[in-house]
Amino acid sequence: MNVKDLLPIIQGSFLVWRRNATVFSRHFTVNIVPPFLEPLLYLGAIGFGIGMFVNDVLGMPFVVFIAPGIFAGSVMFASFYECAYGTYVRMYYQKTFDAILATPLTLREVIIGEILWGATRGLLSACVFYLVLVFLGLVPVLNGLICLPLAFLAGITFSAIAACFSAITPSIDALSYPSTLYVSPMFLFSGTFFPISVLPEAVQIGAFALLPLAHLVALARSLMTGLPDPIWALNLLWLIAAAIIATTVAIKLFERRLIV
Amino acid sequence: MTISHIIRAQTLEKRYGDLIAVNNVSFTVREGELFGFLGPNGAGKTTIMRMIQCVSPRTSGDLSVFSLDPDKDGRKIRAHIGVVPQETNLDPDLTVQDNILVYARFFGISHNEAVLRTEELLSFFDLTQKRDTPIESLSGGMKRRLLLARALINRPSLLILDEPTIGLDPQARHHIWERLIRLKHEGNTIVLTTHYLDEAARLCDRLVIMDQGQILIEGSPSTLVSQYFSSDIIETDNEPDVRRCLDIHKVSYEIAGETIQIHNPHTRDLTDNLLASCSGVRISRRPATLEDVFLLLTGRRIRE
Repeated sequence: MNVKDLLPIIQGSFLVWRRNATVFSRHFTVNIVPPFLEPLLYLGAIGFGIGMFVNDVLGMPFVVFIAPGIFAGSVMFASFYECAYGTYVRMYYQKTFDAILATPLTLREVIIGEILWGATRGLLSACVFYLVLVFLGLVPVLNGLICLPLAFLAGITFSAIAACFSAITPSIDALSYPSTLYVSPMFLFSGTFFPISVLPEAVQIGAFALLPLAHLVALARSLMTGLPDPIWALNLLWLIAAAIIATTVAIKLFERRLIV
Repeated sequence: MTISHIIRAQTLEKRYGDLIAVNNVSFTVREGELFGFLGPNGAGKTTIMRMIQCVSPRTSGDLSVFSLDPDKDGRKIRAHIGVVPQETNLDPDLTVQDNILVYARFFGISHNEAVLRTEELLSFFDLTQKRDTPIESLSGGMKRRLLLARALINRPSLLILDEPTIGLDPQARHHIWERLIRLKHEGNTIVLTTHYLDEAARLCDRLVIMDQGQILIEGSPSTLVSQYFSSDIIETDNEPDVRRCLDIHKVSYEIAGETIQIHNPHTRDLTDNLLASCSGVRISRRPATLEDVFLLLTGRRIRE
């Protein structure tokens, strides 16, 4: 593929992204409240509540320790649910894909646009949560800012994985399987609420091999708390590689489902 | 675009595993005509539409749209096509106007140009008053008109309609028919599928009747009718008395459920004869229609 062929793909993907952004902006006030509230609930209940009974973790207050974890988790939930349920609703119930495929755009552009939009939802959650953390004085302003592009990158990975599930699910109800069997354990075992190092070594390796959240938490915690992350380059590369692979697989799976 | 043949299909075939959805089909659609695909459910009409739209690759045979190959030039072809799908796929989160404006972006139409065209299209389809209405508060007929308006935003050289008036009340159907005829008179090439025979007879310049993936016949509605029925059709009740009377007069007939149909070149004399000799029989004579041709060719069996 040469550069000339790449331009319509970029344009097309952007147009799909923009369609979703337009729809989102119509309900902006409704859409922006949950990403504000949810992390505050976690931070309040777990950080300050349970934190009362927990001593410092790795030399920092519990609430400071888990803030990057909840930050990363909010990115995961926003991106994953957008491209699992949101994408499926647009494909199956609203037939939005059919409508777009009757224009010059191709399915590949639709899927890339969907994934970029899912990542944008993750980024929006990250921005909102970042503001809350800065307001509470739990995170340094500049270092927290660097976490935002990382949130977008990880958002692509979460969205692309979700899109793979959306492409193969027989029904919307079946999407609760990846939610319960993959996303929920990922939220718990990615170093979100306790250091990943307390887990058995095999589980640690499994977490870093399979869970994108583990990589985002490690990077965000290092930036937000100053805790050294000796494998930050590996974390970053893993997220980039997973984003590319999962996006490619998602496109193939949707093509198998829809181009018949 | 100055091509006399907008679509040309030669021995076109589409298989899904062992199922042959479209079987050795050949047809051409000329510029400026309204061409219809008729057939019962599962005849392969929608599959052909999907192949023309370049969203479903063909299994074998040749297909060209605007003299381009859908497998290679889908993007170019779709830029000049407008599609009205069988099931509505409007954006439920957007208003009437925004549905068209957002769709215009996919064709690379500038915002200002899109606003102008949307205004024109909404007025053409009597939707100007509904400009800011959300989709869910539109009636079925309005949704269908909006789908048509949206399909015309790129000023297509070919308009594809899959069952354009399915599920609509008579007023809404007439409204759409009238607009389609106007579009045709403006020189648009239109391809539609339908299983409403009156719709096909009223709108189509030429049509094909399909069944089980194959084209059975092709022609204009009036030539097809006269090709199969040289005269009017006599209909009477399917009663033992009537059958006895017909047998006495050695009149051949066909039984179609509750009615008996008589196809005979001398219908006028025969009607008078039967009325005179078979007392108490309800009898009527009417011109043959496309529906008679359709049922003759595809049978009366219910299709799932």
